[in-house]
Amino acid sequence: MSVLGLYQPGGTVLHRARAGTKLGVMLAAGVASVLLDHWWQVLVALGVVLGGYAVARIPARMAVLQVRPLVWMVGLIALFHVLSGSWERAFVVTGLIATLVLLAALVTMTTRTTDMVDAVVGLCRPLRRVGVDPERVGLMLALGIRSVPVVVGLAEEVRDAQRARGLTASPRAFAVPLIVRSLRHADALGDALVARGVDD
Amino acid sequence: MPVIDVDRVSHAYGEGSNRRVVLSDVSLRLTEQRIGIVGANGSGKSTFVRMLNGLVLPTSGSVRVDGLDTRKSGREVRRLVGFCFTDPDAQIVMPTVREDVAFGLRRRGLSKDQVAARVAGMLATYGLEGHADHPAHLLSGGQKQLLALSSVLVTEPAVLVMDEPTTLLDLRNAAKVSGAVRDLPQQVVLVTHHLDLLDGFDRVLVFDETRVVYDGTPASAVAHYRELMA
Repeated sequence: MSVLGLYQPGGTVLHRARAGTKLGVMLAAGVASVLLDHWWQVLVALGVVLGGYAVARIPARMAVLQVRPLVWMVGLIALFHVLSGSWERAFVVTGLIATLVLLAALVTMTTRTTDMVDAVVGLCRPLRRVGVDPERVGLMLALGIRSVPVVVGLAEEVRDAQRARGLTASPRAFAVPLIVRSLRHADALGDALVARGVDD
Repeated sequence: MPVIDVDRVSHAYGEGSNRRVVLSDVSLRLTEQRIGIVGANGSGKSTFVRMLNGLVLPTSGSVRVDGLDTRKSGREVRRLVGFCFTDPDAQIVMPTVREDVAFGLRRRGLSKDQVAARVAGMLATYGLEGHADHPAHLLSGGQKQLLALSSVLVTEPAVLVMDEPTTLLDLRNAAKVSGAVRDLPQQVVLVTHHLDLLDGFDRVLVFDETRVVYDGTPASAVAHYRELMA
């Protein structure tokens, strides 16, 4: 979990590229992906993204870690397509999912969160006219990224506490303390944000 | 040193039958550089220190820092008074170490280079320069608290309020944090259960059941507190 989608410091051309450009390319790739129909097109797209990893000097191990959590989901989708259609369709769909996830991870790993936040703030600026505070949208994004490891940590603590008391896997006994602790954390985080002058 | 004036402050949470008084008629003038606060859980000390930067506004009475009322000038008071909480995880708001320290400098009118220089200086002071681009959640407990401290101090507050900053730390990490605090030029208000951190402090307050029950030197205050808890 700890290595998923984290900034990997570096000075390559991908690291230096503007965050807004990278987000734009990612968005365009997502839209364009619906146009790909043949196995060789997907293979080219995958090759380009993996080439990006090489350019950014990110080890192959990191690329594998990004797609590993998808194995079950992608496996089921592939099985469905093989049974209902063709091998090619299965390859196109699963290959595209893996390619887009790898691309998103590549953007995250070569872009500092602050740059990403600044880019999103910039994109949201025109929305100020309809009452949206761009800084707040950016902060929300940063807090979302920051909160993932915190909630994972809380979940691990709750699970350990359950095990220590000999409780077997009960969804309610897991969910209730996790939600309560997450809300408490959110409360404390709110205090810290005020103390650090976010509202000022 | 800044002057903190606490004038007849009372505070209660909730209403009606759920009303719970946590501070009763506290009046103090804090002018010393090192001020410690001890007291049992629920004695009102955390609420008290949260009033010093306007995080909690008193139900009655007033708190003024260098003449600025926390009720009317919250923003200015928060720029003067930095706050360090017990749980560093709850106050680290950005994903990486460098980004979190830089966060407090947003909207301060500094250039990118100025921000980078101040952040680098702060990380070097607290031995975090090797972790600048590391994810904050992978730091040890002591490093996280030092990061939280750096993120507050980088904004150069005149007062640093710390609410049990070493409670979640082992002795070695607690010593690191207290060592970092010892040399600060700022006025420090420290709430703690680690009584030895108060050595060398100028003044220690003992809170009990919503009131300040003792106000004196560290040795006499700690003796009074031990007697109270016996």
